[in-house]
Amino acid sequence: MLLFYLFALVAVVASLLVVAQRNPVYSVLLLIASFGALSGLYVLLDAPFVAVTQIIVYAGAIMVLFLFVVMLLNAPHEDTEEDIERLRTLTGSSARLTAGPMVFGAVLAAAFAVELLWALSRGPLSISPGSEAGASVAQIGRVLFTEYKFAFEVTSILILVAMLGAVVLAQRERGPSTRRAGDE
Amino acid sequence: MPTLEHYLILSAILFSIGTAGVFVRRNLITILLSIEIMLNAVNLTFVAFGHALGNVDGQIIVFFVMTVAAAEAAVGLAIVIALFRHRASLNPEAFTVLKW
Repeated sequence: MLLFYLFALVAVVASLLVVAQRNPVYSVLLLIASFGALSGLYVLLDAPFVAVTQIIVYAGAIMVLFLFVVMLLNAPHEDTEEDIERLRTLTGSSARLTAGPMVFGAVLAAAFAVELLWALSRGPLSISPGSEAGASVAQIGRVLFTEYKFAFEVTSILILVAMLGAVVLAQRERGPSTRRAGDE
Repeated sequence: MPTLEHYLILSAILFSIGTAGVFVRRNLITILLSIEIMLNAVNLTFVAFGHALGNVDGQIIVFFVMTVAAAEAAVGLAIVIALFRHRASLNPEAFTVLKW
C-alpha cells in the first residue's frame, strides 16, 4: 500500500510538472519519471511484462525520440512573439543543455536499472500453472499469437506505414523535382 | 492492498492532467507529451481491470496501445519537424492557414 501511494504520488506530481514546465527538455525527462512510476504500479499489479515493456519501449525508445527532436529543434522555451524573434537570432547556437538535465537523466537511468531488476525478480517470468494473476509472459505470448494474431499482424503494417510516413514527412525538400504543391 | 478503485482514481487524475495539458499549453511538443500522459492513464486502467478480472487481455491491449503510441510519436514528431522548418515556431497559433 505504501508503494502504491509512493508511485502514485510520483506519477501525479511528475505529470503535473510536465504540463507546468516551460522547458521541453525537463518536460520530457519528467514524463520519463512519470512512466517509471507507472511501471512500478504495473509490477504491483502482477504485470511484469508490461512493466518491463513500459521502461524499455516507452521510456527507452519513444521518449528518447521526443528528447532527440526537442534538442534537434533547439526551441527550449514556450514560443511567445519575443521568443520567436530571439529564436531567429539564436539559430545555429547549441541548445542550452546545462548540467541539470544531465544529472536528472543519470539519476533516472539508475532508478530504472533498479526498477527493472525489481520487476524481473518479483514475478516468475516462466509459466506458473494455476496462478491467480495468470500474468506470466508465456501466457501473454500464447494469447497474443492465437486469439490476437490478426491484430498483431495488422500492427506490423501500422508500424511500417508509420515509418514510411515519418521518413516522407521529415525529409528535406531537394530541388524542384521533389517539390510538392503548396511549398513557398 | 490497493483496490481497483485506487487505480481507477489515479488513472482519472492522470488523464485529466493530460487533457488539461492539451488545452492549456501552447507548444506542440508539450501537447504531444500530454497525449502520451493520456495514453498511459488508459493503459493503467486496462492493466488494473485485467488484474481485477484475472486474465491477460488487459496487458495485451496495453501492448497494442504502446505500438500505436510509437507510431503516433514517430508521425507526430515528423510533422512537428516539418512545421518547424516552415515557420521556425512550435506555437500552434503560428499554423492557422487552414483555419477560417
